[in-house]
Amino acid sequence: MTTMTSATTPEPAALLDVRDLSVVFHGSHGDVEAVSEVSFSVRPGEHVALVGESGSGKSVTSLAVMGLLPTRSAKVEGSIRYDGDDLLAMTDHERRDLRGAEMAMIFQDPMTSLNPVVPIGVQIGEVLQRHKAMTGRQARNESGDLLARVGIADGSRRLGEYPHQLSGGMRQRVLIAIALACEPRLLIADEPTTALDVTIQAQILELLRELVSGTGTALVMITHDLGVVAGLCDQVHVMYAGRVVESAPRRPLFARPRHPYTGGLLRSIPRLDAPRGEPLTPIPGSPNDALSWAAGCAFAPRCGNRIDRCTSQTPELAAQHAYEPGYEQALRCFNPIGEETS
Amino acid sequence: MTAQLPTLPTGPAAGPGDGATVVGESLLRGAWHRLRRSPLAVAGAVIVLLFVLVALAAPLLAPYEPASTQWAGDVTPQSVPGPSADHVLGLDSFGSDMLTQLLYGARQSLIVGVVSTLLGLSVGAALGISAGGLGGKVDTAVMRLVDILLSIPSLLLAVSVAAVMGQSQLSVMIAIGVAQVPIFARLLRGSMLSQSRSDYVLAAGALGIRRRRIVLGHVLPNSLGPTIVQATLSLATAIIEVAALSFLGLGDSDPAVAEWGRMLVAAQERFGNDPRLAVYPGVCIAITALGFTLFGEALREALDPRQRR
Ligand SMILES: Nc1ncnc2c1ncn2[C@@H]1O[C@H](COP(=O)(O)OP(=O)(O)OP(=O)(O)O)[C@@H](O)[C@H]1O
Ligand SMILES: [Mg+2]
Repeated sequence: MTTMTSATTPEPAALLDVRDLSVVFHGSHGDVEAVSEVSFSVRPGEHVALVGESGSGKSVTSLAVMGLLPTRSAKVEGSIRYDGDDLLAMTDHERRDLRGAEMAMIFQDPMTSLNPVVPIGVQIGEVLQRHKAMTGRQARNESGDLLARVGIADGSRRLGEYPHQLSGGMRQRVLIAIALACEPRLLIADEPTTALDVTIQAQILELLRELVSGTGTALVMITHDLGVVAGLCDQVHVMYAGRVVESAPRRPLFARPRHPYTGGLLRSIPRLDAPRGEPLTPIPGSPNDALSWAAGCAFAPRCGNRIDRCTSQTPELAAQHAYEPGYEQALRCFNPIGEETS
Repeated sequence: MTAQLPTLPTGPAAGPGDGATVVGESLLRGAWHRLRRSPLAVAGAVIVLLFVLVALAAPLLAPYEPASTQWAGDVTPQSVPGPSADHVLGLDSFGSDMLTQLLYGARQSLIVGVVSTLLGLSVGAALGISAGGLGGKVDTAVMRLVDILLSIPSLLLAVSVAAVMGQSQLSVMIAIGVAQVPIFARLLRGSMLSQSRSDYVLAAGALGIRRRRIVLGHVLPNSLGPTIVQATLSLATAIIEVAALSFLGLGDSDPAVAEWGRMLVAAQERFGNDPRLAVYPGVCIAITALGFTLFGEALREALDPRQRR
């Protein structure tokens, strides 16, 4: 619906294609729509970013793709196609066989994502045994190699160590090793560096880039840090309150953000080339001020470009002219930056 | 979901049992250092160790045969011979050597305590793990059963089982074991449920690891600490309950078996003249139960994941 595929260059088919995804949680306080009308696709080798503040629905979107939302309390609608197959039509069995083998995920917090009482060697080995039908011995050897590949020296001697014996950066390396163990074609990284020190963040991102580039791995990078996007991603989808508000390739997004929210995100990151003493401009308010999309634009209360229409009518995601062929470009705004009506 | 159980990988590196032993080692190694620093823990450990040694070595330590009524003639309705060169602690009300009876009583308490706790642990753990691991109807059914068991005071439950099954050592063990079932079932179910919400379980799910493997290989090892602690505390309860059942006349009816609870009962009538007869077994019961409780509480603190680095 919003895809702007250029007719001139034939692009490879999308590996992951999400259309009109909506996730509703049934809670004791009524239903909560965490995600709606989310569409994006990822081709093999492409790096796509989902960007947004806390609570914008990034994790819920990725969990829906992985099939990890609680079946009882979460209702997932729309379509999620992987390699042409409709994931939502698959059985639990079929989806579980894909997880870890075809698609893998790296979680935000390396402190809690590893089992504290199981040696890391066992945690790496079990995914190999599960999907590659390896014996224990084969899995152990392979685990040592995997640790070496993610930059843990003498990996095979550290297989017996427990997570608490490793630093945060090391743990994230282990989690990356586990995620990439079976060479998945799709990797979802949910804020993989948020919980780490700044210096370690750069190392981990560099490692991820090395490991996925050239292998044809499709990467979905979830982050609230546009700095991460700048170094790694081709296509960006900016989310706010559960919906995509702007989709654009990286360069035009950074050069000419159109949605006021995107503009705000860009202004709030520190820049080395900014004049000294120039204050950062945080987006006023917090995501808690978000309205539901039913009564107009959810970003309106925090928006500098707000016009009357924003609070009475809900903006639709409208396809834009694509600057670069093969990329998605779309905008959900009545009064975008650079074309202000008032 | 759990239909394809047989295809679970069982390689030497990743069998659930294998993981659990390694896990246990590291857990205990860390706990040991913390245990040594607490005087109460050391006291508890010493008592437990002594008790176990005495129980195991009773035949070597005891000066006489157990429950021999060789000196029954020396016992009169008014008095029981006290300490002498031949009998360090004197005789008991049946005319047996007191020290011998106490030593063999330790053996009896240990056997019944361990067997009944193991019984309660295995049945309770199986129930708790299936309730927490399978959820849904199984969970509801198991938990109703546990609620019913819990609503009956454990001693009353043990009394009812012993009354139904008749007086024998086995029925004592079963009676006390049954009373432990709901405690372990609750512990493991709660642990299963709280662990299932943890990130590492979600992460294992993201790797397509099967449900059964997640429960046995990831969740269960994390419940090991609290289970060990509970088992230790349950031993204390069991030792008291063995004595209590005997005291109520529901214990092992074989008079050849030395048992602290029955020694207490026999001493009851003579308490005015000869408090010694009740004090010895009473102190044994109290110290042993205290030892296991101290040790269990210390273990609880030592194994607390929040205290682990
Ligand atoms: N299991 C759940 N039940 C009910 N609501 C949920 C559940 N999980 C998430 N939500 C809601 O969905 C919304 C989006 O959450 P999500 O975790 O996707 O945010 P996020 O963009 O990943 O934020 P963060 O940057 O903090 O990770 C939140 O408002 C949250 O309250
Ligand atoms: Mg998140």
